[in-house]
This record gives sequence, C-alpha cells and structure tokens, in this order.
Amino acid sequence: MKTPRFLLPAATAGILALTLSACGGGGGGGTTGGGGSDADANLDGRGPITYVQGKDNSNVVRPLVDKWNAAHPNEKVTFKEQTDQADQQHDDIVQHFQAKQSDYDVVDVDVVWTAEFAAKGWLQPLKDKMAIDTSAMLKPTVDSATYKGTLYAAPQTSDGGILYYRKDLVPTPPKTWDEMMGMCSIAKENNIGCYAGQFSKYEGLTVNASEAINSAGGSVLNKDGKPDLNTPEAKAGLENLAKAYADGNIPKEAITYKEEDSRQAFQSGKLMFLRNWPYAFNLITTEGSSAVKDKTGLAALPGKDGPGASSLGGHNLAVSVYSKNKATALDFMKFMTSAETEKFYATQGSLAPVLGSLYEDQELVAKLPYLPVLKTSIENAVPRPVTPFYPAVTKAIQDNAYPAIKGEKSVESALSDMQKSIESAGAGS
Amino acid sequence: MTTATADASALRARQDKGRRAAQNREKWAQGRTYLSAAIILLWCLAPAYWMVVTAFREVGFTYDTSILPTHVTLDNFNTAFDTSFGNRFGQALLNSVFIGVVVTAISLLIGVFAAYALARLNFRGKYLVLGFILGASMFPGVALITPLFQLFTNIGWMGTYQALIIPNISFVLPLTVYTMTSFFREMPWELEESARVDGCTQGQAFRKVIMPLAAPAIFTTAILAFISSWNEFLIASQLSSDATQPVTVAIANFAGAQPNQIPYTAIMAAGTIVTIPLVILVLVFQRKIVAGLTAGAVK
Amino acid sequence: MSTELNPTPVKSPASGGSPVHHPPKGVGEDNRIATQGRWAAWLLAPTVIALGIVIVYPIISAIVMSFQKDAGLDPATGLFTQGGSAGIQNYVNWLAQQCSAPGGGTVACPPGTLGGQFWSATATTFFFTVVTVALETVLGFWMAMIMARTFRGRSLVRAAVLVPWAIPTAVTAKLWFFIFAFEGIANKLFNTTILWTGSQWPAKWAVIIADVWKTTPFMALLILAGLQMIPAEVYEAAKVDGATAWQRFRLITLPLVKPALMVAVLFRTLDALRMFDLPYILTGGANNTTTLSILVINQIRQGFNSAAALSTITFIIIFLVAFIFVRFLGANVVEQSGATGKGKK
Repeated sequence: MKTPRFLLPAATAGILALTLSACGGGGGGGTTGGGGSDADANLDGRGPITYVQGKDNSNVVRPLVDKWNAAHPNEKVTFKEQTDQADQQHDDIVQHFQAKQSDYDVVDVDVVWTAEFAAKGWLQPLKDKMAIDTSAMLKPTVDSATYKGTLYAAPQTSDGGILYYRKDLVPTPPKTWDEMMGMCSIAKENNIGCYAGQFSKYEGLTVNASEAINSAGGSVLNKDGKPDLNTPEAKAGLENLAKAYADGNIPKEAITYKEEDSRQAFQSGKLMFLRNWPYAFNLITTEGSSAVKDKTGLAALPGKDGPGASSLGGHNLAVSVYSKNKATALDFMKFMTSAETEKFYATQGSLAPVLGSLYEDQELVAKLPYLPVLKTSIENAVPRPVTPFYPAVTKAIQDNAYPAIKGEKSVESALSDMQKSIESAGAGS
Repeated sequence: MTTATADASALRARQDKGRRAAQNREKWAQGRTYLSAAIILLWCLAPAYWMVVTAFREVGFTYDTSILPTHVTLDNFNTAFDTSFGNRFGQALLNSVFIGVVVTAISLLIGVFAAYALARLNFRGKYLVLGFILGASMFPGVALITPLFQLFTNIGWMGTYQALIIPNISFVLPLTVYTMTSFFREMPWELEESARVDGCTQGQAFRKVIMPLAAPAIFTTAILAFISSWNEFLIASQLSSDATQPVTVAIANFAGAQPNQIPYTAIMAAGTIVTIPLVILVLVFQRKIVAGLTAGAVK
Repeated sequence: MSTELNPTPVKSPASGGSPVHHPPKGVGEDNRIATQGRWAAWLLAPTVIALGIVIVYPIISAIVMSFQKDAGLDPATGLFTQGGSAGIQNYVNWLAQQCSAPGGGTVACPPGTLGGQFWSATATTFFFTVVTVALETVLGFWMAMIMARTFRGRSLVRAAVLVPWAIPTAVTAKLWFFIFAFEGIANKLFNTTILWTGSQWPAKWAVIIADVWKTTPFMALLILAGLQMIPAEVYEAAKVDGATAWQRFRLITLPLVKPALMVAVLFRTLDALRMFDLPYILTGGANNTTTLSILVINQIRQGFNSAAALSTITFIIIFLVAFIFVRFLGANVVEQSGATGKGKK
C-alpha cells in the first residue's frame, strides 16, 4: 500500500505562508479612519451626482429623480439601484468607500449602519456649510442619524412598532404593560395566546428586547455609546418579557416567531395582542385566510406609565466625503427629505415619513389609517443602539435576551453578560 | 403396495409442505422488500411532494396542512418571477446557468488534460498530484471566503460574475479531474492502438475512436460539475450582488410584497422550478450519474 | 460446516489488481516514464496552476491576514484606526475564547460574543458530523441492500433516491424550515407541538433530519456500487454452507464493501465538517446550531483578520480529521482512485 501524500502540498503551502507573514507581507489592514481632509474638500462642488439606494420596489425614487433632473439640467442625478438584501447593500457601499471612490455621492443608509460608516470617516458631517434643518423632524429619527454629537445623515423614512389588538375582545387597548398583562385573563377565557412579538433569535429579537428595556425606562447604550444595562430599569424591562413567557401570557411558540409567524398567529385568531410593524395592517385586514379582518384595532406599544418606546427602523440619507459635488449632493438630499417628497413616499410607497406634520395630513391618514398610532410610536421611539459595532451589539443582545426570555438564564446574568459583551466589542477586537 | 403409496403420498405431502414453506418464506422476503422500498420512496419523496403541493397553494392558505392539494393556483409561479418586490428570480436562473456553464466549461477544458495524464501516463509524483487534487476537493469554502471577501472588496470585484466563478472552480475542477480520471481508466485504450495498427494517424485514432468513447464520460462529468456549481450557496451568499446572484441565494433571500413578509408559496414554487430541470436531468441520465458519482470510490 | 467464510474468491475492489498502465511495462520503462513525465507535466500544469490560484493563494493570504489586527476605534475621535500586527493574538483569542477588555488586555469572552462561541461551535460541528454520518451510513447501507435486491419497481426506487440529492441544499433548507414551522406539516402530521427551531435539541434534530434526508442517497449509491461488485456466487456458497443472514452480512458484505464505504464516509465527514447552508438557513445558527463555518461568516463583517484566523483554524481541523482518516482508519482515497480499476467485473 502506498502512503497517500496529498497532505504534503498543503503542508508546504502552510510553511510557505508562515515564512511570508514573518516577513511582514502586507495585505491585512482593512479600514483607515480619518477623512478629515476629505470632509473639507469639494464643499461647493456642483455637477452631476449619483444617488445610491436599495431596490426601488414601490417605484418612488425614479419619478423623484426625473423630477429633480428636469429642474436641474446641469446637476443631473443618476439613480444607482442596489439589491434588496441589507447585507449586500452594506457590502456594496463598503466596497466603494473603502476604495475612496467618488462615484457614490449620496447614499441611502440603514439606521443601524449610520454610526459604523460615520466612524469609518466616510460620511460628510452635516454641519456648517453642509447643515440641514431638522427641526420639523421627529426627534428620534434625528437621533438615529447622530453619532458622537454630530449629525451625519438626514432622516428620510422611519418605521416603528405598533400594537395590534383584538377589538372584539378588548374594547379599550392597554396603555401600560401591566394593564396589558392584566387583560390576559380574557385571552385565557377565549383559549388563545395573549401577547407576542418577535422572539426568534435574530434582528427582530434585538428590536423587541430593546423595546422592552427602553419602555421600562432603561437603555442599552448611554449617551456616550457605552452599554448601560446593569440598571434596575433594564432589569424590569427584560423581566417583563421573561415573566410573561413563564406565565404563558406569551405563548411558548412565540420563541420561534419572526414577523410573519407572529402575523400568521394573530391573523388566524390565536393571539389577542401582537407587536408588529405597520406593514402587517394591510395584510391582516385584507388577506383571504384572515379570521380577524374586522376585529383588529391599533394602539401604541404599552410602556411603563404610558406609551412604550418602540425601536426605530427606517433609512437615512448621507453624503459621501469623497463626493466631488457636495453642494449638489446637499441640495438633492434636502429635496429628497422635503415635505412634498415625504408625502409622495408615504402615499406611493407606504413608507412612514419623518416629518411630524404629515402624520396629521387627512389625505394620508385616510390612506394609511395607522399613521396617528405610528406617530405616537415614533415620537416615543428610541433608535436601535447607535454604534459602529452594531453587528456585535445586536449579537450581544440576542444571545443573552433569548435564554433570559426562555427562562434558561437569569435576567441579571443575561444583562450583565450583555453589558460585558458590548464593552468587549467597543474595546475593539 | 398400499404402504408404498402411502409412503409416497406422505413424502409428496412433506415435499409440498417444504416447498410451500419455502414459497412462503420467499413471499415474506419479497413482501418485506416491497415494504422497505415503499418506506424509502416515502422518505425520499414526501418532503419534495410537500414542496410541490405548497407551490400550487394560494398564498392566503400557506399554512394549510391538508395532505392533498387544496386551493390550487398557478399564481405562485407568477409571483416567483415577479420582479416588483425586488426579487429577480428569472435573472438569478440565468445567472446560475451562466455561472454553471462557464465553471463547467473551464473545469472540463483544463481538467480533461489532467485526467488524461493521470489515467494514461506513468510518471513520478502521480500520487502527489492526485492527492493534491483530492485534497483540494475537500477544501472548506469558508477558508477561501475570508481572503476573497477582502481581496474582492479592495479590487472592486464584489458582486461580479468573476468573483463567483473563480471560487467555484476551486471545488468543481478537482471534482472534474477526479471523476474523469476514473472514467478514463475504464476506457478501452487498446482500441486506440489497434486503430493505429489499422493505419489511422494518431489524430485520426483520437478523433474517430477515442472521442466517441470519451464523449459520454465527459458529458456525465459535465452534468455533475454543473450540478455542483448550481447548488453552491456559501460563496455566492457572501460575494454576489443582486444582479449576479444565483438561484440558491435568490431563493434563500426571497422577499415578499411587504418587508418582513416571507412568501413561502412563491419560494416553494421557485424551489420547484429550480429542482425540476435537475430532477429530469438526473432521471434521464440516472445510470451515468450514478456511475460518475461512484467513480473513484469503488474502482 | 464452517462458518469461516473465505472472501478470497472475490477480488477486493480496493486492491484492484496490478497498476497496469498502457503501454505495458517492459524494457525502456525508465525512459518511457521520463518522456511521459514531461507530457504529464504539460497536461497537468493548467489544473495545478488554476488550483494554485484559487486555493493556494487564498490560503496564504488568509494566513497572512490572520496575523494582523482588525481596525479598532479611537476613543477620542470615535473614528476607526488601522490595526497593525497582531502576532498570534487572533489565534489565542479564538482558542482561549479571549475577548478584548475595555481597559486593554483580554478577558474571557462573555456569552453574547462570537469569540465565546468557538468551542461550542466546534462541538456542534463535530456533533453534527458524527450523528449525521453515522445515521447516513446505517440508513444508506439499508437502502443500498434493498436496492441491490431484484424486485419490480427497483429502478423507480433508484431514481427516487436521487431526488433529494438533486435539490439544492439552499432549497432543502427552506423546505424543511417550512415543514418544521410551528404551524407546519411536521407538527400537524405527528400531532405534536414541538418548537422545532425554538430550543436546542429539536433545532439540532431538525438540522440532522434535513441533512440525512438530503445526503443519505449519495451514501446509499456509493455503497450500492460496492455491493454490486460482490458476485452472487459468494452468497450462494455461503448459503449452502449454512451461514445465517447476519453472518453473511458480517463476514462477506461488510469486509468487501468496506473500502468503498470508508471513502464514502470520509467524503461525507469532510463535507459535514464544513456544513453551512442547512443550519444557516434553517435555524440561523440559533440554539447551539452554529457550526464553525457559520461562525466564520458571522465574523467576516466584524473583522476580516480575526475571521481569517478562524477560517485557518477550521481548515486545520478538517485537515487533521482527513489525516486521521487516511492514516489510521484506512480510508485510502488516493490508493482507491490510484488503482487502475480493473477489479471491476
């Protein structure tokens, strides 16, 4: 029998590589900070620019860009449509910015990436010459675009959680968490689950756990971006979920729920209260298999003493520091966040506006009946943790909130591990 | 006389009994075989059946659990190809075909020479090369992806076709070489010799004798190479973009009309569309594929 | 009446006869090898170069990266700064599950960090590998034995087992996710209310069931090919000698199929060690179903260099397993494929 020797070449490669690295071969690296000089350049530049955004599913961007181009023949905007996948959008932007390419002038960034891109020095600070007026915008949306006290992006669309309830069973919706738990006996009498959100271990759990913590008066990160979880408020918040799960007020299967599973449960009449995004409203009230078409009411999320603190979704617009035509970029950004545009976004694409006034617009409310409730939700919302280490932070929250809700881990140790994990991420690994 | 008849009939009875017992045993064994075969069929086909049934069910009845088809509709197939929610399933199908064809073509083109050398030529270090190629086929995709992720980010190749084709070659090429080497060993090369004895030139011998013989082997290898590229997910999930993503990634990321909505019926329809050509291919070329899969292992 | 069955009548498929190459050996062999060697070098060059580019380059590049630090945050400006050389710190961090401490230095990774998951991911990966390969071997063997019998509809069964194999893994994962949904068909059919993706063991079994479904056919076909090389006469002879079914299996089938089986097991093992698609789509890695491959992918967006260290570790682990298999368990892949295949008849 011959000895197989296929291990050999790989071993050789390994040795070769070790030698190479000992010689300090480059490669590694990644990102460089700074961007100071880039941020000061081309502030008055005007000319054609490129706007980068994810898939324009409801066809709102194209008509807007056409409109802009008709009015600005010398500063035309090219619309670069990205994929629908958040990760792919993220990687695409990183790739262009890492190479310091000037081909992406205005980019649409998810609220959770804003801090990361800002910390990498890729986003133009919106101050001095580049400042925008944010006074009419709902404050939490502005917070989501602010990193270390500087505004880096213009809020464009928003999203918040709302409470769906069975108005045939509960005439007046609960204002507080305790009130809601008190109503769970009604659900029991009717043999259905009481409350559910999204408790599967994914981004939705971060949203739900942060909402619980924020609603009880706690917070995940303090103003300096440091974790702040060893507090009685945070404990009370997470405990609310853990207790409800242990009591059965949150049905056992909710631990597998993502948005759609939870909607399905509510829609088939198996849930009395559901926390979900506004998208579910239209489906619950129209879909064929829905058993609760005319029995669904909407309310703000319940909190400690009043409305709860929703987590914030949505997108912000930012100008690249590498842009050659920042003056045009700024104008375009203002145009894209103007009241008129926002209204178009809402009517055409059902995307929640960031301007408070639009939530009272009769025409809009007629079309999107959830708007008044959503306004309360967003007004009381807390952005998801604004941190350049968002992937690590969301993992820390998910990995610890999950066993805590299931009762496999005490709430205290879950929070203290969350705290330590986030600290460790912030320390830079 | 009477005793003899009695003895004979007793004997016959005993023989009959024995034969019946044997027949019974035979029937039992046969019955068990059929039962086992039925279990295998059920186990292999039931999940696939559920995919097809769901694919034909109205979206509003996604979670209907009747075993037989209910609320039958063709809508899901339209939805699967509908691009208005940001899904580009049709594009993804083309991408998968394109990537698969290119990867297969490159691998075959390069690999056929290597396979010929490994099967036909005698040289030092043969086992080393064979070992290297086999080692390559077992190489974990994640070990490629980190450096490639960074490299492609730096040179702006993220989401391009070449960013998907190059890593795919890393596992399709070894597979190609490996399978073809086994096939080539099985070929009656004596014919080449005799063709030359009969007056053919080397080129003619190759064209007229070897090529027709090798064609089925190459074809089978091509099918296997194409399928393995078609099924790839890990690399594509990280390095592809909306415009270049293959069907596996498109299906995994299938989006609904609303954010957060997961249109299972359409996903199952898409899954059915992706699977059916493969299943047909596999059924038609069943023997060859099995031969290709098991090449190497038992030779 | 001997139960000592001698399998010599059958040529073991592995030994495969003498390594005959054409033209046959003879005088001038060395010369011929030299000429053929030159030819071989030319013919092999494209493959070796291509594999060098797509495999060796990334390995080296990953190893180089793994000794670099990932970019860190400058606390004063809140901006990222370049990492610099890390020495073996990235490796130490993974293996010892150490994470950066807020004040500098390292601490044991708290739950909720990727770094704290290295050993549990390794354990999960090996658990999946052992359980799925064992189940697939047993089931595959059984399926192969059935398919080796003659009965009407045999070709139907042989075709049907190829169906799970032909469905792309990503589609398989979506399909089983749907089957295992709380409201899904699995719970309905067995009248259970299991939260398949909601806790550790059901989630693990969900992954295992889906994987076994998908890959048992491959195993069964490889074993079947091995079975079919055993001539029926051997069994007949054994039957005449009065060997029981179990004896026939243990003394004829098993030893003769072993070489093919070992190769199949090796292939499946190495495949299972890099399992990614199924748990990634089916459970998202939740409830202790994170494999090493998933951990690498999760790390990529939190830092390339650390991910490179982890992928190198993963590579070394798989490599060691392959080594052990080939060295000590006799799965002689190279020998198998290196033999000339004349053993088949």
